[in-house]
Amino acid sequence: MSDVRIGVYVCHCGKNIGGVINPAKVAEHAGKLPNVVISRDYVYMCSSPGQLLIEEDIKKYNLNRVIVAACSPRMHEPTFQGVLKRAGLNPWLLQMVNVREHDTWVHENVPEKAEEKAKDLVAAAVARAAHLYEINTVRAPVVKSAVVIGGGIAGIRASLDLANAGIKVYLIEKKQSIGGKMAQLDKTFPTLDCSQCILTPLMVDVSRHPNIEIYAYSEVVDVSGSAGDFKVKVRLKPTYVDWSKCTGCGACVEKCPGRAPKEFDEGLGVRKAIYFEFPQAVPRRPVIDTEHCLWFTKGICKVCEKVCPVGAIDYKQVERYVELNVGAIVVAIGYELYDLSKLSEYGYGKFKNVISGLQLERLSSADGPTRGKILRPSDGKEPKTVGIVLCAGSRDENHVKYCCRFGCAAAIKHVYYIKHALPDAKVLVFYTDVRAFGKGYEEFYQKFRSEENVFFIRGRPAEIFEGRDGSLIFDVYDSNTNQLINVRADLVVLEGAVVPPKDWEPLRRILKVSCDPGGFALELHPKLRPFETTSDGIFLAGAIQGPKDIPDTVAHAAAAAASAIGFLAKGYVESVPYLAVVNEDLCSGCSLCVPICPYGAISVSEKEGKRVAKVDVIKCKGCGACAATCPSGAMQQNYFTDKQVLSEVVVLAGGAK
Amino acid sequence: MSDRVKVALYWCASCGGCEEAVVDLAEELIRLSNSLEIVFWPVAVDFKKSDVEAMPDSSIDISFINGGIRLTEHEEVVKLLRRKSKLVVAFGSCAHGGGVPGLANMYSRDEILRYAYIEAPTVINSEGALPKELSGGVGGELELPKVLKLLKPLDEVVDVDFYIPGCAPTPDVIKKSLETLLSGKLPPKGSVLGASSKSLCDECDLNKTKPEKILLKDIKRVHQVRLDLSKCYLSQGVICLGPVTRGGCGTLCVKGGMPCTGCFGPLDNVSDYGARALSFLASVIDYDDEVQAEKFIEEYIPDPVGWFYRYNLPKSLIKGRYQRQGGGVHG
Ligand SMILES: Cc1cc2nc3c(=O)[nH]c(=O)nc-3n(C[C@H](O)[C@H](O)[C@H](O)COP(=O)(O)OP(=O)(O)OC[C@H]3O[C@@H](n4cnc5c(N)ncnc54)[C@H](O)[C@@H]3O)c2cc1C
Repeated sequence: MSDVRIGVYVCHCGKNIGGVINPAKVAEHAGKLPNVVISRDYVYMCSSPGQLLIEEDIKKYNLNRVIVAACSPRMHEPTFQGVLKRAGLNPWLLQMVNVREHDTWVHENVPEKAEEKAKDLVAAAVARAAHLYEINTVRAPVVKSAVVIGGGIAGIRASLDLANAGIKVYLIEKKQSIGGKMAQLDKTFPTLDCSQCILTPLMVDVSRHPNIEIYAYSEVVDVSGSAGDFKVKVRLKPTYVDWSKCTGCGACVEKCPGRAPKEFDEGLGVRKAIYFEFPQAVPRRPVIDTEHCLWFTKGICKVCEKVCPVGAIDYKQVERYVELNVGAIVVAIGYELYDLSKLSEYGYGKFKNVISGLQLERLSSADGPTRGKILRPSDGKEPKTVGIVLCAGSRDENHVKYCCRFGCAAAIKHVYYIKHALPDAKVLVFYTDVRAFGKGYEEFYQKFRSEENVFFIRGRPAEIFEGRDGSLIFDVYDSNTNQLINVRADLVVLEGAVVPPKDWEPLRRILKVSCDPGGFALELHPKLRPFETTSDGIFLAGAIQGPKDIPDTVAHAAAAAASAIGFLAKGYVESVPYLAVVNEDLCSGCSLCVPICPYGAISVSEKEGKRVAKVDVIKCKGCGACAATCPSGAMQQNYFTDKQVLSEVVVLAGGAK
Repeated sequence: MSDRVKVALYWCASCGGCEEAVVDLAEELIRLSNSLEIVFWPVAVDFKKSDVEAMPDSSIDISFINGGIRLTEHEEVVKLLRRKSKLVVAFGSCAHGGGVPGLANMYSRDEILRYAYIEAPTVINSEGALPKELSGGVGGELELPKVLKLLKPLDEVVDVDFYIPGCAPTPDVIKKSLETLLSGKLPPKGSVLGASSKSLCDECDLNKTKPEKILLKDIKRVHQVRLDLSKCYLSQGVICLGPVTRGGCGTLCVKGGMPCTGCFGPLDNVSDYGARALSFLASVIDYDDEVQAEKFIEEYIPDPVGWFYRYNLPKSLIKGRYQRQGGGVHG
C-alpha cells in the first residue's frame, strides 16, 4: 500500500481540547509519521470552515485517508463521513481519534502527559488508516406487510393502526377469538366504563378491515428471513369446523350435549363441547373440544353435524400451515396470571371461596356464570364479608419480584363491584402499598376507600383456613395500627402476580428476542426505545414488554405500530457497514461461527465441493462475535479487521515504552 | 558433486522425533541423496562444530533446525549455522513455536532444575548437586552449557526463512517442503511450508458430519467415551483442535481415533493459537450464565495451558508464566 495518502486534522474543540494540550504540536508530530501528507489543527473542525478545510485538502492533496482527532465518533463520525462523501471518498476511509473524552477531559490535570497520549493515539490511527478500505452497504427491499402476534387490546390497536396506514396485516391469535384479557373484564378502572362496550366495536373493526386478515386458533411456529423480509410459518390448529362454510349461527352449540368448564369464565361457568369462546367472539366461529366431545371420546352423537345447516362440521380436519411473507412483526401476546396455587398458604384451588381477581371479573359480568351476581362459588350465597388480597405473589422474593402495576387499581375497582352489587357487604382490602399512579387513579382510590364498610388494611394475611361453612379464617398483622386482626370472610379475592405467557419462551427463541429478569420481552432501550427489540423489524406492543394497564397498553401498541409503519415506509433495509466478511480461501467450514451469531446470520453451505460459511448481510449487525471466534482468522469484521486493530495495538504498546 | 544442494541438520531442545521423521523418509531419503549433500548432521554423520566453523559464510544452502532454544549451546550453534547458511528452516513444532518443551516456561529455571535433579520421586541426590557450568571431572575441567531462563522458539534467536510444521512433520509434509525449497521458486519469507493454508477441518472427512450448531454441556476426554469414528469428534463432546489448527497432516490423528491436539500450529491470520482455541471453545459451551460457565471451566478445563498452548506457549502473547527477576511467581 504505497499509495496511502493521509490527512490528519486535530481539533481544539474550543477549550475542551485546546485548553489542555497544544493541538498544533500534535498535528506537527503527526506530520512526521509515515503516509501523512498533510496535518493541521483548527479551532472547531466540525464547523463549516473546518469541514471545508478538510474537503479542499482532500482534493488538493489527493488524500485517500482522513484522520480527525476530535471528540467521540458517536458525536461527529457522521459529520466527517459527510465531508469525505462530498469530496468523493468512501466514508469508511475516515478514522476518528477521540482526544476529548479519552484524553483531555480525563487527564486535564496532567496536560503534558495528555499531549503525549494524544500523539500516541494519533500515531496508532495513522498505522490503522493504512489498512482501511472502502466499505459499501447493501440495501434490500422491504415487504410492506406485517404480522401481529396476539389479539388482545394491544394487538387489536396495533393492527388497526398498521392497517389504516395502508399496510397489510396478518393478526395471529392463539385462541378462537381476539379480545384478550380485556374481553373478560366487566368494567375498566378508573372510569368504570363497560369493558366489552369499548372493546367489541374495535374487534368488529378488525374483522371488517380490508387490510386485516385474522388467523385465529393459530400460532407462529417458525420465523426465517430477516428484517423487511420475514417468512412467518403459522400453524392453524384443527377446529373441526370448516370456518369458510360456517355462518356462526350457533345451532350446533345450542344442541350439543357435551359439557366442560368454561375457560372464558376462568373455570367458574360451563360451556358446551362445541363452543364459541364468548358470545361476542371475533371471528364468531365455533371449535370442537375433542376432550369433551362425545364423538371424539366415545364415537357417538354427531348432533352438531346433523343440525349444521351448511355442512361445516368436519371431524377429520387436520392442522394446516401457511407461510406469510412480511416486512415487520409486532409481538403482542400479553401476559398470564401467576399460578396462584403456588401460594399454598392462601389455599387457592383448594378452598372454593378463594378466587382470583379475574374470576371476580367474570362473576361481576352480565354475561358471566352468575349473570352478574356476586355469589360464593361454594354454595351460591351472597358473601357478607369479602377480603381482597393485593400483591398475591407479586413483590415477593419467593414468587415474583416485580410489581404487577394494575393490581391496586383492579382491587379498588373490585371494591366497587362488591359495594355496587352488595351494598351491605363489608370489604377488607389487604395491601402492601396502594400504588394509584395513573391519571385519575388517586381520585378513584380516595372515592372508594372512604366508602362505608370498606377497610384498607396494611398487611398480608397469614395462612388461610377454611371453616365448615366454607368461610375463610385468617390472621392479618396490620402494620399501621400494630394490631393482629382475626378475620372471617365469606369470599377472598387474590389480585395475583403477572407473568409472561408460557408460550413466550419458545416464541422468543424463534424470534431471537431477549428477555428481562422477569422473563418479559426486552426492549431496545428502557426509556428511549421501549417498543423496539434488538432484532430489527420486530416490535413489542402491550403487556408482553412488562405488565401494563389498558391505557399504557394502548399507548405502547400505538407507538409500536407507528414505529413499524416508519420502518416499513422507508422501503428498504440497509446492511450495517461493520459486516462480518468471510475469506472463502481460508474458511474450512468448521461451523463454529454459526452458533455464536446472536442474529442467526451465518450458515454453512457447500460451495464447489467445500463447506464454507456465509453471512446474511441484512441479518448481520456487526457485533464481531464470529470474527473473534473464527479459529482460522477467515472471518473478519469490516472496519475492525485483525490487521486494523493489531496495527493500532502495536503502535500503542510500543509507544507506551 | 558440487551441484548438489548443501544441507545441514541440527537439533536443539527436542525429543528426537524430528530426526526420526527424516529417517522415516525411507527410500525417499536415498533418492534425495542424489540432489542433497549433507554437510552437518550430528545425530547421523560425524562432522564437528569446528568443521562448520571452517566453512565460508553462506556456503550451506539450507539448514534445517529442530527443537527449541534452551541452552547457551543451542544459541551458539544456531547463530553459527545462520551465518554459514543461505536459508534457515525451523523444522517441527519445537523450533516453530516452542513445542512441548516450551511448556516448561510455566516454571522458572530454578524450579525446573530443582525438580529434575533433586525433587523428582525417581531421583536420589542426597548432596543436592545441581549441574554447574564448570565441573571438575576425571578427565579434567569440563565446561557445560548454561540453561537459559526460558525456552525460545528458533526465530527469537536467529532470522528464520521458513517453517515446517508438525510434531513431528509427516514424511509427506517434509517431502512437499523439500520440493518447494529445491524448486527454486520460493514462497514469501516466513511462509509455513508443506502444509495447508486452511484449518484441518477443511481436509477432514468428518467435517461433513458436523452439525451446524455444536453446543456442549460437558467435555469428555478420549478415555471417557466410546468415540464414533465416523462422526465429528467435537460434536461428540471431545475437544478436537482441528478448527484452530493448520491442516496438511492428512488428519492422521483423527483417522487413528484421536482428536487433533494442534501440532501444526495456528493459521497465517492468527497471532495467538491458544487465545483462538479458547475463544472457539467459548463459542461451543452451552451455558448462558457466568456461574455455570465458570463451573464448566473449573470442571472440564483443569489445564488450559497444556491443552491450548501445548505446542506454542513460547510463541504466544503470554509466553509463559510471568517471571519476576530471580525466580518464578507463585500463586
Ligand atoms: C383482574 C384484572 C382486572 C383488570 N382490570 C383492568 C382495568 O380495569 N383497567 C385496565 O386498564 N386494565 C385492567 N387490567 C389489565 C389488562 O388486562 C391489561 O392491561 C391488558 O389486557 C393488556 O393487553 P394485552 O393485549 O397486552 O394482553 P392480553 O390481554 O393478555 O392479550 C394477549 C393476547 O395474545 C394472545 N396470545 C397469547 N399467546 C399467544 C401466542 N403464542 N400466539 C398468538 N396469540 C397469543 C392471547 O390469547 C390474548 O388474546 C386488569 C387485569 C386483571 C388481571
